[in-house]
Amino acid sequence: MGKLVVSLSPHAHGTDTVERNMFGVVIALIPALLVSFLYFGLGSVVVCLTSVAACMFFEWAISKYMLSQEPSLTDGSAIVTGLLLGMNLPSNLPLWIIIIGALVAIGVGKMSFGGLGHNPFNPALVGRCFLLVSFPAQMTSWPLIGQLGKYSDAVTGATPLSIMKTAIKTNDPSVLNSVPDALHLLLGNNPTGGAGTIGEVCALALILGLCFMLWRKIITWHIPVAIIATVFVFSGLLHLANPVYANPLTVILSGGLMLGAIFMATDYVTSPMTHKGQIIYGVCIGFLTVVIRNWGSYPEGMSFAILIMNGFTPLINYYVKPKRFGEVPAKK
Amino acid sequence: MKLHTFRIGGVHPDDHKLTAEIPTKKAELPKKAIFPLSQHIGAPAKPVVKRGDKVKVGTLIAEAGGFVSAPIFSSVSGTVEKIDNVIDATGYLKPAIIVNVDGDEWEESIDRSDKLETVESHPELTPEEIISRVKNAGVTGMGGAGFPTFIKLTPPPTTKAECVIINGVECEPYITADYRLMLEHTDEIIQGLYLLMKAVKVEKGYIGIEDNKPKAIEIFEQKTAGDPRIEIVPLKKKYPQGGEKQLVDAVINRQVPAPPAIPVNVGAIVQNVGTAFAVYQAVMKNKPLFERYTTVTGLQVKNPGNFLVRMGTTFGQLIDYCGGLPEGDNKVLAGGPMMGKSVASLDVPVCKGTNSITVLTGADAHRKKVQNCIRCGKCVSACPMGLEPYLLATLSAAQEWERLESEDVTSCISCGSCQFTCPAHRPLLDNITFGKGHVMGIIKARIAKAKAEAAKAKA
Repeated sequence: MGKLVVSLSPHAHGTDTVERNMFGVVIALIPALLVSFLYFGLGSVVVCLTSVAACMFFEWAISKYMLSQEPSLTDGSAIVTGLLLGMNLPSNLPLWIIIIGALVAIGVGKMSFGGLGHNPFNPALVGRCFLLVSFPAQMTSWPLIGQLGKYSDAVTGATPLSIMKTAIKTNDPSVLNSVPDALHLLLGNNPTGGAGTIGEVCALALILGLCFMLWRKIITWHIPVAIIATVFVFSGLLHLANPVYANPLTVILSGGLMLGAIFMATDYVTSPMTHKGQIIYGVCIGFLTVVIRNWGSYPEGMSFAILIMNGFTPLINYYVKPKRFGEVPAKK
Repeated sequence: MKLHTFRIGGVHPDDHKLTAEIPTKKAELPKKAIFPLSQHIGAPAKPVVKRGDKVKVGTLIAEAGGFVSAPIFSSVSGTVEKIDNVIDATGYLKPAIIVNVDGDEWEESIDRSDKLETVESHPELTPEEIISRVKNAGVTGMGGAGFPTFIKLTPPPTTKAECVIINGVECEPYITADYRLMLEHTDEIIQGLYLLMKAVKVEKGYIGIEDNKPKAIEIFEQKTAGDPRIEIVPLKKKYPQGGEKQLVDAVINRQVPAPPAIPVNVGAIVQNVGTAFAVYQAVMKNKPLFERYTTVTGLQVKNPGNFLVRMGTTFGQLIDYCGGLPEGDNKVLAGGPMMGKSVASLDVPVCKGTNSITVLTGADAHRKKVQNCIRCGKCVSACPMGLEPYLLATLSAAQEWERLESEDVTSCISCGSCQFTCPAHRPLLDNITFGKGHVMGIIKARIAKAKAEAAKAKA
């Protein structure tokens, strides 16, 4: 005879789990990951594998030996952080830099705050931005696509974003002619070979991932749509006012915008809880990205924009409340 | 066909309506019937019988113990054995009248015929007379909460009732008692609705039914086709649509403001189908409330079914009749898996509000491992009251009562949608219930203090 169990209601539970969401994100990243193997070959495989392995190791080691907690590797969050960190790096980055990035991402970005759910900033972005300011030379040399067998010896070249930046700096709109057209940016097969980080090469693969996450209800549309729409409108206005600013369609398809809007800004822990708050957060990220891209010293502003807005998330959560029942007027 | 539903939040638990097509059977008479004195919201009833008294089916055994209270009637004939403390569904020891059953002799005043009495053929029934009969028959809300029905039928003078909404939603998984009642006693429910409409003097009645019960929608539409005053409203299946406020929003598209407002503040009087049936029986058949439809169900229960149960019958007797408790750990619920109470003993009796005995077995009986909150915001999207469950749960655990009150914790309807949807299996509602209880206590004390001071100032 078994026990008679007593607890408070509810006694039923939905099928949603932390693991389902985390591994859902991993599945959503697969198209972008496969495409990056296709374009960057060996380099992309080495960087992504190293990053995932290092993140998982640090998560396990820190939770076991420093926090004396039960290691939480099975929830999949370290794999997500590792993959996202790897996909935000150039494909020729030396192993030791990747490992430092993983240590900062997991150790400082996540575990120092108490692990999953407690970190104020997106761990993968903390790692990436740490590397970007510590190793600016290595972090801004971008291998050209198509060098499948090469890793640290790959030939590097200008990315579409750095060309856009040059156009603004030199005040010469004709520089923009060497930016690939929208279709090439969507697919990633840039004829001049200029690319960027591992994960951002093909916008289409990232959009596929977005569709998967929306279908599985892992995320809602609010954050990605708010970011992409804001960047499109803001850079469109700039383009109309002065042609040294690139065409908005190429702006939203280049650089880390899709990767950031779809996978980084939508990180549960560091984004607002309400849909209204998520739209405010997305609009601000879009605005900051355009500002940093056009007038900051780095050609890409997505990571900084997301980290800045991560810092505002608690404030947004405090002031932006969902509409309470009873406040919705009758519709006719 | 356009389906209505409520506008904020909601979840979709698995239906598990195992017993939907099983016709209702009369449950066996118990050997001993237990009648807890608190089966309703409000003051406990006061016993009017003592040890050794003979009672019949329908004999008054306890009278209302205050304004918000309801009398209790014996469901069996026999001898009062004792008045003692027993464990009820809430898990507390509470006073109850225990009757040893002997035969099945009914009070003669009860009309036991099946003849349908219509409101039209009884013009002598005034609104006051209907309400008085409902009150004297001990009718309380049959959907689970158990609020005395006559109070809902006498709304505060500052409000104006415009319609009666009959709740045929039954959005809790597993339970089919209301569904069987709707199919088996359609005419009586419709007459019950007419009685309720007459009692509160309105000319509009709605019956809200979810679209997972197409047969019930069809039969009600057929039987009310000739009457423009009654409207059947098919609703899109979504939990907690059977919540009073959600149902009002779904049916007439108005939202009841935050507490202390009640549905009649937006013109609606909501009653469960079981209550409508009980009102019909009380008014037309002079039959007090002592039996009800109850579903006994569970995935592992051998012979689940729907039963017409005399109140006071123990859970154990009904479960044994259905094949006994399954092997392994079990959780036995008074009600469904979303809002039901898990009982600590199988000697708990069926009461006025027991719409189901649901048995969850094995892994279903246990909670899953709690993980860190990943701040996904899914509880916020699921909350049908537009609250932020993650925040309320954290504030409750931290005992931040003032902030908790300003975050509208008192609006929580305890539907459990937040905890149901939480991917980290956090005990959100456990914490919120604790915090809400404490804040309600603070508010009550504040009102009492203000009243006392006002009285002092006068004197």
